[in-house]
Amino acid sequence: MKYVEEFRSQDLALKLARTIKRECDPDRQYNLMEFCGGHTHAIFRFGVQDLLPENLRFVHGPGCPVCVLPIGRIDNAIHLATEHGVILCTYGDMMRVPASGRKSLLKVKAEGGDVRMVYSTLDALKIARENPHREVVFFAIGFETTTPPTAVAIKQAQAEGLKNFSVFCNHVLTPAAIQNILESPEVREMGPVTIDGFFGPSHVSSIIGSRPYEFFSEEFQKPVVIAGFEPLDVMQSALMLIRQINEGRHEVENEYTRVVSREGNLKAQALVAEVMELRQSFEWRGLGLVPYSALQINSAYETFDAEKRFEIPAIQASDVKGCECPRILRGVKKPTDCQLFGTVCTPENPMGSCMVSSEGACAAYWSYGRFRH
Amino acid sequence: MDSGHPATGPDRALNMCLALPARVVSIDERTDMAVVALGEIKKEISLALVEDVQIDDFVLIHVGYALNKVSPEEAELTLAMFAEAGLVERDS
Repeated sequence: MKYVEEFRSQDLALKLARTIKRECDPDRQYNLMEFCGGHTHAIFRFGVQDLLPENLRFVHGPGCPVCVLPIGRIDNAIHLATEHGVILCTYGDMMRVPASGRKSLLKVKAEGGDVRMVYSTLDALKIARENPHREVVFFAIGFETTTPPTAVAIKQAQAEGLKNFSVFCNHVLTPAAIQNILESPEVREMGPVTIDGFFGPSHVSSIIGSRPYEFFSEEFQKPVVIAGFEPLDVMQSALMLIRQINEGRHEVENEYTRVVSREGNLKAQALVAEVMELRQSFEWRGLGLVPYSALQINSAYETFDAEKRFEIPAIQASDVKGCECPRILRGVKKPTDCQLFGTVCTPENPMGSCMVSSEGACAAYWSYGRFRH
Repeated sequence: MDSGHPATGPDRALNMCLALPARVVSIDERTDMAVVALGEIKKEISLALVEDVQIDDFVLIHVGYALNKVSPEEAELTLAMFAEAGLVERDS
């Protein structure tokens, strides 16, 4: 496929690896956080780490929307299906995420709940059209990439007068989470994690552009390189970060120029701004309450807000005992540091969210790298 | 090799985090939808989030929507940058 294969050339990968090795200062450590689960997956799937020097470490960040959603919000979604009897539509990734009481949306469906996996928000609208006498709720999760399709669906529902459609909005924001990681005293207390530079997300940045990262490259004096998802993109971006670190620079650079601009996708940004507004605070698994880190549906579109239409209580739910997901999400522990990893927690029988989602760090370690450590 | 494993196998096609470059095959301006080709696979997607898309453009597809156009010029420049980084000794 065009724009895929040529970014996976083994020959070029080996040459890039040699350049990286040559430019890495052997007397220092390079801790580079890939915020986004897509990068984590690419690093493991293509064995990128194996090509790079020992003193270059990838720190896996919290950029997996399935992983960072607190259990209480999944419990809320389950209640919508079981207590309110709605047709609950969601992306496939959410189906197996463990909720309280060892439930999951998949189990609820098996027990007769009307939970439907959709590929697109357009499918959820179709279900609402086909079931005019049922309430249809789209359980929306995801970062800035996945938010505009939700906004389009809400606008479309309004245009069509689809009164039985609403959205349980759990969309979250990348820059707020990165800032939280950099500012969090807990991160400093919980482990010796110093992050020397960031890989900026590929597709989130295609929407928000590279401009939002300029604040914290300046404020926290850390280099950021927006990186594509293919293995050569990751390697080239690592090289760009190493060069910035070696030269004492902290700039936002963009490796993924074939898709990402400084301004981002203005049409998508405008759609989101029309339908949604900032939440004052939102809970992230692993990070806790993060101010202004998520979106909610604004008052102009509140008839499509499931949180206005149904009673949705705040639920404090705790992780499975021994599960290290919260620390893994912050980059202070590795999946292999968790006593559940690979013993009772596997992708077939996940205990924590990082094992469920294919973008989660635990799933990546299990699938590609578990013998390495 | 993909194994059919939930985290790595064909299920990834349904993964909400995945976004892939696909070629636009046809456009329906009335519905703002397009048919794109992902290798051998054809798929109908929405153009609601992009502007000025033409047939044969490559767009990044995510959860049934085109997110952005892929710039062929910038893709060439990036490949050239890889080649340069892999070949040339730096002076510093």
